[in-house]
Amino acid sequence: MKVVVCIKQVPDTTNVRINPETNTLIREGVESICNPFDEYALEEALRIKERLEGEPVTTIAVTMGPPQAEAVLRQALAIGIDEAILLSDRAFAGSDTWATSYALSRMIDKIGDVDIVLCGKQAIDGDTAQVGPGIAVHLGFPQITFVKRIEEITPKKIRAERMMEEGYQVVESRLPVVLTVVKEINEPRLPSIRGKMRAKKAEIPTWTAADLDANKEYLGLNGSPTVVHKIYAPERKKDGQIIEGEPTDVAIELVSELKRLSLV
Amino acid sequence: MGIRIIEGKCTGCTLCVRACPFAAITMAEKLAVIGPECTLCGACVPVCTFDAIELIVEQRKPVDTAKYRNVWVVAEQKRGAVQSVTYELIGAGRELARKRGSELHVVLMGHGMDGAAEELIARGADVVHSMDHPAFAEYQDEPYSRVLCRLINKHKPEIVLCGATAIGRSLIPRVAVQINTGLTADCTGLEIDADGGLMQIRPAFGGNIMATILTPNHRPQMATVRHKVMKEAKPDPTRKGKIIAIEPRKEDAYIRAKVVDFVEEIESTVNLAEADIIVSGGRGLGTPDGFQLIEKLALALGGAVGSSRAAVDAGWIPYSHQVGQTGKTVCPKLYVACGISGQIQHLVGMQSSDTIVAINKDRDAPIFTVADYGIVGDLYRVIPALVDRLNQR
Repeated sequence: MKVVVCIKQVPDTTNVRINPETNTLIREGVESICNPFDEYALEEALRIKERLEGEPVTTIAVTMGPPQAEAVLRQALAIGIDEAILLSDRAFAGSDTWATSYALSRMIDKIGDVDIVLCGKQAIDGDTAQVGPGIAVHLGFPQITFVKRIEEITPKKIRAERMMEEGYQVVESRLPVVLTVVKEINEPRLPSIRGKMRAKKAEIPTWTAADLDANKEYLGLNGSPTVVHKIYAPERKKDGQIIEGEPTDVAIELVSELKRLSLV
Repeated sequence: MGIRIIEGKCTGCTLCVRACPFAAITMAEKLAVIGPECTLCGACVPVCTFDAIELIVEQRKPVDTAKYRNVWVVAEQKRGAVQSVTYELIGAGRELARKRGSELHVVLMGHGMDGAAEELIARGADVVHSMDHPAFAEYQDEPYSRVLCRLINKHKPEIVLCGATAIGRSLIPRVAVQINTGLTADCTGLEIDADGGLMQIRPAFGGNIMATILTPNHRPQMATVRHKVMKEAKPDPTRKGKIIAIEPRKEDAYIRAKVVDFVEEIESTVNLAEADIIVSGGRGLGTPDGFQLIEKLALALGGAVGSSRAAVDAGWIPYSHQVGQTGKTVCPKLYVACGISGQIQHLVGMQSSDTIVAINKDRDAPIFTVADYGIVGDLYRVIPALVDRLNQR
């Protein structure tokens, strides 16, 4: 059985700052990292393989992006993912979530005999959470989103907990299935020295649009129903007021402000 | 499709380099060069004063947008109770319908929801499409998305709105892909442009940039909307509307991913998504016992308890309380950050709160850059004084 993990390279928002004078993003020194939620998806793929001991399971990490996105695939190999494939072609540039999930679904279709597709619940750059469900629909698979625990897994079916606002649903599904995972699901392992060596040496195949059995009209900007009309910096909050002094005085002042705003 | 720099026009002024949110443009010999990081977002095009950047967009076959009419809201119910996000969507949807001179329809799926459809009409729905059936009692991806696709294909609304909740963000992406149209996630603003199109405004990059998204050639234009951003529509019991029963079909019962149980975990005092006031604690508390103080303040204010990632990672409080990038995004009316330095990952989860109070010893803590009221001081002295003052009233 095959478990595919869809991962994404994103800018590390830890280092993203706003220039207070121009109110624009300061991008110097912003590194690219593996989307944090995808690290939980990678770890869960490894755990599924361990849980299904005796069953031949192949874990495969895939990403769609520019050539340098290969770096996140090497990270996946370093922690023990079996194989990695990069999907990279200018034809995919400008993809919205519709076109991205279509391209990834065609890739998964080509890999063939995939039983589980794992994604992080969302990527921290776009924050859409739409690609996982999109892949499920394009492939015709059922889905379980926001998974916080896999209660049971067999080569035929899965029972998992889907996180909701005030609790969780227990969902049972047959395989194949698409899962999106939240942080609570596991604690990702660190790569071993041997894993790092292996990842460094690995040959990672690159697939282009021509490798997919895909309708070209559905790829990239052409295939994207949404277009970004404008990007701008958010309005900066007015400068706040600093309240200092003895705690009792501070409390009186703050509470009267909160009262003025009808917050208490 | 693509983007190009027109060589004769580019002067190498670097305006576009600074405007690019993706650092995809570099300068080579006074000529802008667009690298592979380019996502064709188009941010550089309007900033170029020399019209030297051309974005070539050829959309795939457009639909006849004139055939689509009316604004639809997908209601969210849990155990028979319509959720407040639905009334916020009706408030926003009513305004869009007014601008478009069209009707507001609400789709309600569930079971045993007495009076819910009438309440939706009182809040502003002209028509309620109601599915009241045992198979729809609990939210499930497949039957819900199947019915919604069927209705949209039949009635052709031009706008469909849904809450950006766990349910909405599982359901609507399925529907949008299935019916071949665009979807924008987690919108914080919705407007109608000069051509009558829906401008979908949302934060990206953890709130560091705002983006306006359009769905020019596909219908309906679909969006999930962030909870607690739009104003709830107030009920008017004299309003009239129509309730149309949705006919269930045999195939609706075909479900591969079945919900077998629901486990309620969080008491209402911890439901951060619903809270109007949140008091959060962070590493600055120093010990897990610090959260007793946070709870006292939350109680005095009538709010819920949140936390930074640091406090969760230290094991002081469960993950369900975590606010921030890998936790929850919240926008209450009042957010009180206690002993939280304000790492960007925390800020992106709370900076859209209406009013922010920060209590921190370190005057230079980044949390003060987003705070409306900053209190520099020892939280173990400030919070008890605050609690006393609040309880005096």
